[in-house]
Amino acid sequence: MNISRRQILILLPAAAVAWKSVLAGTPEASPNYKMTDHWWSMLIDIPKCIGCGNCVRACQTENDVPDGFFRTWVERYHVTDYHMENPEVISPDGGKEGFPVAVADEGKYFFVPKMCNHCTDSPCTQVCPVGATFTGPDGVVLIDPKYCLGCAYCVQACPYGCRYIHPEKKVADKCTLCYHRITKGLTTACCEACPTGARQLIDLKNPKDPIHEFLKTHDVQVLKPQMATGAKAFYNGLDGSVR
Amino acid sequence: MTGVEGYMYPNEITLYWSVLIVLYPFITGLVAGAFILASLERVFNVAAVKPTYRLALLTALSFLLVAPLPLVLHLGHPFRSPEMYFTPHATSAMAMFGYVYMWYLMAVLVFEIWLDYRREIVFLSQSTQGLLGIVYKIMTLGSTNISERALHIDERVGWVVTLVGIPSAFMLHGYVGFIFGSIKANPWWSSPLMPVVFIFSAMVSGIAGVMLLYMGLTKLRKQTIDMRCVDSIAMYLFYIFIIDFSLEMLDLVHRIYEADESFRSLDFMVHTKLYFSQIVIQICLGTILPLVLLFLTQVVKLPEIARKRIYAISGCLALIGIFAMRWNVVIGGQLFSKSFLGYTTYKMALVTKEGLFMAIALTLLPLLFLWVLIKLLPPWPETSEHAPAIGD
Amino acid sequence: MSVFKDAGHLFRFAGLFVLAFILFLVIRHFVVPKSFGQYGHYRAASIGEIAAHQVKYAGHETCETCHAEVFDVKKDGKHAHVNCEACHGALAKHADDPGAMTPTKPDTAVICARCHTASAAKPKGFPQVVPADHSTGLPCETCHQPHNPGMDAAAPKAPVKAAGGAK
Repeated sequence: MNISRRQILILLPAAAVAWKSVLAGTPEASPNYKMTDHWWSMLIDIPKCIGCGNCVRACQTENDVPDGFFRTWVERYHVTDYHMENPEVISPDGGKEGFPVAVADEGKYFFVPKMCNHCTDSPCTQVCPVGATFTGPDGVVLIDPKYCLGCAYCVQACPYGCRYIHPEKKVADKCTLCYHRITKGLTTACCEACPTGARQLIDLKNPKDPIHEFLKTHDVQVLKPQMATGAKAFYNGLDGSVR
Repeated sequence: MTGVEGYMYPNEITLYWSVLIVLYPFITGLVAGAFILASLERVFNVAAVKPTYRLALLTALSFLLVAPLPLVLHLGHPFRSPEMYFTPHATSAMAMFGYVYMWYLMAVLVFEIWLDYRREIVFLSQSTQGLLGIVYKIMTLGSTNISERALHIDERVGWVVTLVGIPSAFMLHGYVGFIFGSIKANPWWSSPLMPVVFIFSAMVSGIAGVMLLYMGLTKLRKQTIDMRCVDSIAMYLFYIFIIDFSLEMLDLVHRIYEADESFRSLDFMVHTKLYFSQIVIQICLGTILPLVLLFLTQVVKLPEIARKRIYAISGCLALIGIFAMRWNVVIGGQLFSKSFLGYTTYKMALVTKEGLFMAIALTLLPLLFLWVLIKLLPPWPETSEHAPAIGD
Repeated sequence: MSVFKDAGHLFRFAGLFVLAFILFLVIRHFVVPKSFGQYGHYRAASIGEIAAHQVKYAGHETCETCHAEVFDVKKDGKHAHVNCEACHGALAKHADDPGAMTPTKPDTAVICARCHTASAAKPKGFPQVVPADHSTGLPCETCHQPHNPGMDAAAPKAPVKAAGGAK
């Protein structure tokens, strides 16, 4: 089944919040938001991704991500029968400007959007020496830029390459799951900009979230399950060759 | 992208742990190794190495004073580093650094040196004038009690401190190995052997370092080198080197035989980007060659001058080899993609905060500290020319 | 007690430790942020600070409150699920004060090609064309109404006012 826009509307009653208060930017402007009522994550539907790069651009715009670094990026895999273990992967500038045209051959192609998995047992927060990165009560892994030392231990600990040191701020940086948006009833910038619905913000604590039905009826996988990080970015139709 | 082969996750192209982080385990390793050598005399009663006891302690202290500098300098926000003391994160291996460091610095090294030098400090505080005299007076902590009984208590307490110091030295450096060994995301690092390998390589580098310093300084002071001492240090160096090499080879053989999902990628890296620093420098030049040389001194009766030269050469080679080992761990662990599909390149900067010149400066800084410490607390018997003779 | 007397210097050393430790605790008391540890081992206030960032994508619900007519065109077509800002870009500033910032109309020759240029890498069912062959360089909107691109839905160059279109 597909998650329609209508359902998203039902799902996020807070979306009705007046625009002015959304823009006001203060957390007090979203008084209906209660952290413990949510457990956020993301569904990525690989068969729907067309590699347009909209999500990467939207993320960079929304979050002022510096050039050359990525809170989300898109990879294009090219897998041939005899090289399942050694796929050919590209991600030119994180897929920000899309991908070169691929010519059909004996291999198969597909796109894999990547982002922070907001792991439940995240190795990055485990290693932070000072408590500058943490999993919030609503399941979002965040970084406190005023407390981070910039030691980069978390960058080393992330198995997915989702973190980087911000070249100007000199602190660790990564996807916040658009925390400033989801707490105000909006969806993330990447989901908002995705033209095909390949990315869906999900709230596992919301019983009305269509994700529950989706997970029941689809073969869903997370990246690198052997890392046992409790990754919460769920991938539908994930090929075995994806790293 | 320049320097990238195959596919890297886009955020992996930049390396964040630079040559300074190579220096950090190298320097702490020297500290731990030098201390273990000092404890040989104190706890294990190896009388032959006595001439290096105090020198080893001062070496350990001077390197320990520099050890946190590369760490702090590489931080994006160096002035936030006290947060490690104020809010240490219980699950982070790195968070304990501050405490392990402080414990080792104050409760072990400074305390042991103070106890061992107290008699001299009291004498010096009485015989020295001016600013230096004040420094000595502060160092006495206002107590000039050097009665036989007091010195006997110092001796006993010092022995206990050394005893506690051995596991502390193991902890200091084994824990540095754990920082790397506990990163499950990085197969080049993730290994329970990592702390053990780090400890033994630390002992190799520390013992080689003190041996070289002893030989060099004795030559500078135009004194004769105590061959019995150097011979036994070299013997310990040889045996510990063998253990270290065996552990590293065990790790290597295990990786090759298991050949897990990361193996092909890491194997390729060792044969290309790390070939020179790992195979040529670390294993051949920095381990096998000094081992063969030291083996010769153990089985063949060589004249004194030949032994001295061999010790000097193998000591230098061992230091180079251990430095290369740190390099290969730290830099090597960041050269390959965690997708196992590509490789990046480390380009060392020259004059930046984390550049080559800073690394050289930080390597030389402990020697400067050591020079000051030797002036302040002469580690040799009363023959020194500059320092005032003890008991004046 | 001579043992204590002869070990007096040791107590002085230990005293230094105690002093340093007390000093450390005092400094710690003042330096650690107040909200640290409220929810876990981190500064709880940082959550609010992160949540306070400026929104740049207004979200399609916001667009639809004013541009209901576009929503009506869009809702039955193939682009019903494509959100406004997927093509028009981030427009929170415009939503905040429509007069302050007027969005430029996207160039259909560029923006449509981004998704619909044929490539073996795209899912088979996704509509895709080789732009040079398909339109010989004409802008897509010559034939397709971007908000409802099906050919039966819109007459060529339909006079529907595009959402946010200034020109």
